[in-house]
Amino acid sequence: MTSCYIHSAVSISAQKSFEVEQLELVEISGEKVEALAPNYKDFISPMALRRMATGVKMGVAAASKALQNANINEPNAILTGTGMGCIEDTEKFLNSIIANDEAFLTPTSFIQSTHNTVGAQIALGLQSKAYNNTYVHGALSFESALLDGLLMVQNEETNNVLVGGIDELGTEFVDNVRMMEDQNPNGIKVPIGEGASFFVLSSEKKHNGVELLGIKTFSKLSIHSLQDALIAFLSHHHLKPDSIDVLILGNNGDSFDDYYEEVSKAFPQETTNLSYKQFCGEFYTASAFGLFLGFEILKSQQIPEGLLQYKAQKTSLKTILLYNQFKGRDHSFILLRQC
Amino acid sequence: MPSTEKNNANRGVAITGMGIISAIGNTLEDNRLSLLSSQSGIGDVTQIKTKQASQIKVGEVKLTNDELIDQLNLLKDNNFTRTALLGLVAAKEAVKNSGISMDDSVETGFISATSVGGMDKTEIHLKEFPSKKETQKYISSHHAGDSTQKIADALGINGFVTTISTACSSAANAIMLGARMITSGQLDRVIVGGSDALSKFTINGFKTLMILSDEVCAPFDADRKGLNLGEAAAYLVLESDEMTKNKNVLAYLTGYGNANDAFHQTASSETGEGAFLAMQKALQVADLKSSDINYVNAHGTATPNNDLSESVALTRIFGEPMSDFSSTKSFTGHTLAAAGAIEAVFAVMSLQEQIVWPNLNFKSKIEETGLKPTTTLKNKHIQNVLSNSFGFGGNCSTLIFSKR
Repeated sequence: MTSCYIHSAVSISAQKSFEVEQLELVEISGEKVEALAPNYKDFISPMALRRMATGVKMGVAAASKALQNANINEPNAILTGTGMGCIEDTEKFLNSIIANDEAFLTPTSFIQSTHNTVGAQIALGLQSKAYNNTYVHGALSFESALLDGLLMVQNEETNNVLVGGIDELGTEFVDNVRMMEDQNPNGIKVPIGEGASFFVLSSEKKHNGVELLGIKTFSKLSIHSLQDALIAFLSHHHLKPDSIDVLILGNNGDSFDDYYEEVSKAFPQETTNLSYKQFCGEFYTASAFGLFLGFEILKSQQIPEGLLQYKAQKTSLKTILLYNQFKGRDHSFILLRQC
Repeated sequence: MPSTEKNNANRGVAITGMGIISAIGNTLEDNRLSLLSSQSGIGDVTQIKTKQASQIKVGEVKLTNDELIDQLNLLKDNNFTRTALLGLVAAKEAVKNSGISMDDSVETGFISATSVGGMDKTEIHLKEFPSKKETQKYISSHHAGDSTQKIADALGINGFVTTISTACSSAANAIMLGARMITSGQLDRVIVGGSDALSKFTINGFKTLMILSDEVCAPFDADRKGLNLGEAAAYLVLESDEMTKNKNVLAYLTGYGNANDAFHQTASSETGEGAFLAMQKALQVADLKSSDINYVNAHGTATPNNDLSESVALTRIFGEPMSDFSSTKSFTGHTLAAAGAIEAVFAVMSLQEQIVWPNLNFKSKIEETGLKPTTTLKNKHIQNVLSNSFGFGGNCSTLIFSKR
């Protein structure tokens, strides 16, 4: 089995995460928070830009930069994950069906509403005929794409893979989602967010690079079996809780944060605990922003400004575990190691 | 690829069970009988209120949501969308058909495909969500993963579960991922397939593209007018060799390929490059020559663009003589994300019955390629069946099913 390395990580988010050399994070607030748009013209022609919805723009720009940073012109596979898909164009088409009672419709927003639009637009832009797949499984959308990419590299089906997670806010459906959370005293407390984070996975080892050791997902896991599942995952990779330097958790303020509490109990006091959704917001592919942070931490050997809240930083940061879940289901563990 | 894994891939992945619900039947046996009697399920719209009803023909499942809920013994106050209902019926049949039990210690995965997800409910209730409390249960059922979660939960599958959406090639990609999960040793057993319900959203979407026929569709016919949308769900149980020692294996998935046409968001290229590459890759993985293929279950949507592009790709792969081929979308309509799974079941049935399924409603050859599909039930020796699924976004996938 070949090892899998992450050669680049690029994120468009509510933070200044796209361009900056040194990441500084600022907490966001509100019901929903948009991602900060980079200068899209650097990556996409003005003609194409006019047609593209937010998610497609974010996805194509983040993917382009991730490929640039990894010095790759054309990846051997393009894998995307998105929870809500192209909700902007979906709403646009649905609303014109409703408003015009199924008459006077034009195809553009329908064409761009399919979940695989971002993956397709990346392939079109690169003229890439390579393996192309889109995962749409709620909070495991990005993780499923990442696992597919990891398998492809590990099994030597391919040398490099572009993997990304994308979600856009849209304008209407998101307000219903927010309403349901706010009606519930135990609902999600961070803003609903959006973003696109892309990564290039490769079989090529580089000095001081980041290795993607493994990923494991569970559709359902009770809080009582969580620690066992975690220990089994770590053991599979010949690790114990005390070999983890940083734990990156997906807390969003709802009652299911108990799961993060339970996971952190498995680790010694000196393990650094971080959470990130107060910076990017909650959305189905927010965990891709978490992976971007993990990559940045291992590369820079420091915890970005604003992120460290409770515990002191270890001097050497070698191994990171990410854990995420949504409403007590769709659990994922991801392991990163500096090499 | 390391040698052991290559061997695994060549031996193929065993299919030990199937389940299906479509316009031509609510069970495996109903579907088989309809195929054997050349009985199409395409007709008028009855389950959905749409203004387009008089101008289209569709392949509907002949059960209402209430009937499906009864059959599944669900609580009346559920938030199952039609996609989830159809999916659960087919997935349960697949489990029963293979005789597996979720109580044993084997981790079973579940990979489903859908394009509309919970749209059938969202399009009815979108404007009521803020004010009508009883509709709000359908907010969380909109996203594409919801039907998959519901089916997995009902089957008692808690581990690896995911959803794929690459438009009309979705289920083929779900089946392909399942095979790769097994050949790479990640899972010993995985249930794969897809489900899509008809919705006003898709009916109107395809209508704006002007590719819906007002008659029963005629794949590969020179005068084809477009496609009929359909709804359906189908699942296959895939198992590793270790799991199948004392088991009845229906067929093997021996080849799979995925390529992108990279030509246009919705249209296929003139040369059918994506389709050509997908078929070429699948033949490579199966270690077969095109002449080893005895039957091609084509994508064959009956749109002017697809059928010409696919014909060109088929000609490039097969040359002369062309393999027997047909599109069973003339039976079921185009079931979008589920199509790859529906046609996988039909491919396995073709291997079981040793029959090429007919391409209904064909009259005259497409001038450019001169290909003639098989138009009546044809008995012959069938060892390998190739199945194509292509989608918006240039997503092209091919699967090969074989008898060992």
